[in-house]
Amino acid sequence: MPYLGSEDVVKELKKALCNPHIQADRLRYRNVIQRVIRMPGVQEYIQQPILNGLRDKASYVRRVAVLGCAKMHNLHGDSEVDGALVNELYSLLRDQDPIVVVNCLRSLEEILKLEGGVVINKPIAHHLLNRMSKLDQWGQAEVLNFLLRYQPRSEEELFDILNLLDSFLKSSSPGVVMGATKLFLILAKKFPHVQTDVLVRVKGPLLAACSSESRELCFVALCHVRQILHSLPGHFSSHYKKFFCSYSEPHYIKLQKVEVLCELVNDENVQQVLEELRGYCTDVSADFAQAAIFAIGGIARTYTDQCVQILTELLGLRQEHITTVVVQTFRDLVWLCPQCTEAVCQALPGCEENIQDSEGKQALIWLLGVHGERIPNAPYVLEDFVENVKSETFPAVKMELLTALLRLFLSRPAECQDMLGRLLYYCIEEEKDMAVRDRGLFYYRLLLVGIDEVKRILCSPKSDPTLGLLEDPAERPVNSWASDFNTLVPVYGKAHWATISKCQGAERCGPELPKTSSFAVSGPLIPEDNKEREQELPDSGALMLVPNRQLTADYFEKTWLSLKVAHQQVLPWRGEFHPDTLQMALQVVNIQTIAMSRAGTRPWKAYLSAQDDTGCLFLTELLLEPENSEMQISVKQNEARTETLNSFISVLETVIGTIEEIKS
Amino acid sequence: MISQFFILSSKGDPLIYKDFRGDSGGRDVAELFYRKLTGLPGDESPVVMHHDGRHFIHIRHSSLYLVVTTSENVSPFSLLELLSRLATLLGDYCGSLGEGTISRNVALVYELLDEVLDYGYVQTTSTEMLRNFIQTEAVVSKPFSLFDLSSVGLFGAETQQSKVAPSSAASRPVLSSRSDQSQKNEVFLDVVERLSVLIASNGSLLKVDVQGEIRLKSFLPSGSEMRIGLTEEFCVGKSELRGYGPGIRVDEVSFHSSVNLDEFESHRILRLQPPQGEWDRGSGRLQVYLKLRCDLPSKSQALNVRLHLPLPRGVVSLSQELSSPEQKAELAEGALRWDLPRVQGGSQLSGLFQMDVPGSPGPPSHGLSTSAPPLGLGPASLSFELPRHTCSGLQVRFLRLAFRPCGNANPHKWVRHLSHSDAYVIRI
Repeated sequence: MPYLGSEDVVKELKKALCNPHIQADRLRYRNVIQRVIRMPGVQEYIQQPILNGLRDKASYVRRVAVLGCAKMHNLHGDSEVDGALVNELYSLLRDQDPIVVVNCLRSLEEILKLEGGVVINKPIAHHLLNRMSKLDQWGQAEVLNFLLRYQPRSEEELFDILNLLDSFLKSSSPGVVMGATKLFLILAKKFPHVQTDVLVRVKGPLLAACSSESRELCFVALCHVRQILHSLPGHFSSHYKKFFCSYSEPHYIKLQKVEVLCELVNDENVQQVLEELRGYCTDVSADFAQAAIFAIGGIARTYTDQCVQILTELLGLRQEHITTVVVQTFRDLVWLCPQCTEAVCQALPGCEENIQDSEGKQALIWLLGVHGERIPNAPYVLEDFVENVKSETFPAVKMELLTALLRLFLSRPAECQDMLGRLLYYCIEEEKDMAVRDRGLFYYRLLLVGIDEVKRILCSPKSDPTLGLLEDPAERPVNSWASDFNTLVPVYGKAHWATISKCQGAERCGPELPKTSSFAVSGPLIPEDNKEREQELPDSGALMLVPNRQLTADYFEKTWLSLKVAHQQVLPWRGEFHPDTLQMALQVVNIQTIAMSRAGTRPWKAYLSAQDDTGCLFLTELLLEPENSEMQISVKQNEARTETLNSFISVLETVIGTIEEIKS
Repeated sequence: MISQFFILSSKGDPLIYKDFRGDSGGRDVAELFYRKLTGLPGDESPVVMHHDGRHFIHIRHSSLYLVVTTSENVSPFSLLELLSRLATLLGDYCGSLGEGTISRNVALVYELLDEVLDYGYVQTTSTEMLRNFIQTEAVVSKPFSLFDLSSVGLFGAETQQSKVAPSSAASRPVLSSRSDQSQKNEVFLDVVERLSVLIASNGSLLKVDVQGEIRLKSFLPSGSEMRIGLTEEFCVGKSELRGYGPGIRVDEVSFHSSVNLDEFESHRILRLQPPQGEWDRGSGRLQVYLKLRCDLPSKSQALNVRLHLPLPRGVVSLSQELSSPEQKAELAEGALRWDLPRVQGGSQLSGLFQMDVPGSPGPPSHGLSTSAPPLGLGPASLSFELPRHTCSGLQVRFLRLAFRPCGNANPHKWVRHLSHSDAYVIRI
């Protein structure tokens, strides 16, 4: 509950606001305007002082008044936009005082939030670019961010802008450098060589930030380095020593650095990087040591022999926390790189003495089961496990043991038959865990069917090198993450960010849910922070759908009713229908769902909106009538342009067609 | 756009809390932040945390947490920069940044925050502009005492060497107090270098990295121009060659925007019109290949040398044989700590430590020269300060002020060179 102020405070504030010369004392003016944010009772009193403030001679007063406009707007609560005020703020963009200019942008952004924020057209963009050098670093960083939404009209203009921005890449403030870099990446999205060039130039500032005194800055910079490495794997290879961990760094920075080292490894530095990583494996912190071992395992997919040798040496240390992770790494490795199986099998004997935890035991037992025919003492190691199965605490280990022993029985029956019998007996007669018992029963019955059947079922391939390709994400184009650069996305990590924005979305949508009717234009918004999930539409010719801010249902309804249908079409549609799938697919191509009926409703309807880079709006209605096996599409457009309309419809058709294919 | 800003003590007590937007939570957000921070699993980074639609971004500075919350996907670089700038600014105004000074100057801090941020947007952070608006005066608890070395920052009495400095610059607010007209005009110039060195077990250098900056703290009336002369052999990049001999080679330099670089190319002179307060004058990354033996030039000395050697688990007893009485060695948290208050250049010190490792009769580790180390004997890290010495050889030749002080005597100028170890690690 925000503090609303006692009655006296409100009264005092009203009195102050009624003073026609309040802005004569600038500090007093500021104090009053700053306090209004929590006091809804004073709305009608603020307007005049703020309007006076906008025209005041003192720049300090104008700064306060400009932000006051945003406060006033937000205080009113309703989304009514005062056109005259907006115009005044736009004209104040030409103010002498740089801070007033930046405040105007901020204020307009808040007031026009529902209409997509402040509009940056050509004159404004050029004006801002010319004023850039007068701003301080905070202003520069912010203006660079606003300029992201400006689309230069010609190539010539684009390169003029890039030239103007050049000096900001050399700024001493990392915020400005990163802001300028992002703007470069976004503006030059069709010129990959310019993008690469910029990333080369930002290397210095990023590396400086990576070894900065401030741990926090260092961490954020490392996250961005990883982002760049996803697209340009060799980018930091010659600077690999910068990413060596130093003893006193906190854990989270060390982990990031190890990840970076993994990603920048190449033929020239692999020797040094592996030596460094080996040093970390004996770190006092067990967590960090294990992370380093997993990292070596990751590098082993490319440089198998060297890594397997290092890992084998680590086994010689006979440390529990090291051995267990090494064995797990081996298990993953033989699955992806079958050529190292021989070396791994030779290294395994003796490990069992140093493994106590569930994960490690499972990995070891799996290896013994699958590659047991190459490990001479495999049956005896497994026999030890069978002997001690009663005291085994992890059910997962018992399950793994059952499968492994049965596999080994197929290749070395004489040595295994007796203990397999004992294990099965134990699992069926004495085991209390149902899953283990069922697994035991299942294998028992399988054996009753006959040995050939067991072979057919259990002897699957022992490795799958193709999985490595699937797991290793291919080099991603710079454009896929350019819009995430210099935001929180790389810092959280893509996956974590997705869950954050999802739960944020759910929260915002939450209170509206009860109102859901079968379908309605004013139904629940499907919120999705599309700004962050910007994805380029692949080759759709001239059409470029931009992830616009979510239209409100009301605004959509108004626009929908005011426009005529520009295009209508019927697509065939059979069988089942999953609205969620469709919505997700549409999201990918930047078409937003405004409202849709619940699955199974007949007829089923959905309303969609999309906007292209020139600001043209496409509003769409989907109408599905299962009886007729067809889907009717009606599209309305706020600017009549057949060319873009046709591209839009082809995009829509592709999406719907794809969904139909997946389903059938 | 910032929703809230707060400062927490190292124990999590909120010292300062400010809500800029009036739309989110309340003071318990600060408590929530601290709970989240302390409950974080080890492998997750605390720098940016998310809770309930709100991002927490913080820095740790002089054992305080400076935290902002925001609900938008902002630029992390700018925010962290703002936080460090705020930390410096608060240090400038309150004398030094610490739990004590903050809680003594709460009114001043809120006044500053009111000026710096409006509705969650940065207005200005320049000491110059802010001084026109800040009315409250800093409460400085006690006169600077030579023996109180706990609350000092970078300037002034960080090392014993600076005991000679007669001023209390370290804990003095930049804003000249109106009552005290006899304030001296003073300029402090620090050349600070941070060394990170990694030495392999065979003695070869794996990594040497020096990051340095020149910092200026000025108590002069603003707008006065000053000239700083740097060593002439200062070259930037790999190709440039200047002067004779090895020279100083810097990979990269960046300058603060107030630095006038006209004369830099020709004479290595920086001209600037400094705003008051503390600013990074420029920072450079430097890669120098130098072989550092225990012996520095005999006229310089290393101070506060501390050797930290992690020991195998279970080591209990320690017997020591040290060469001078002022050294100290003790076992703490599974590691050996050997403190040497000062090491004269050109000298050699030795210590013989003997420890009992349970289980295996471990070989007595003699200094750093063990042959086959038992597991758990970690890399030795060394921390030290080298006053009056820069590893790169960068020197400030002169510092000239180009203005006539009105009435007052000539301003005092203090120039200090200092290197300290960021990470100096020797693998065993």
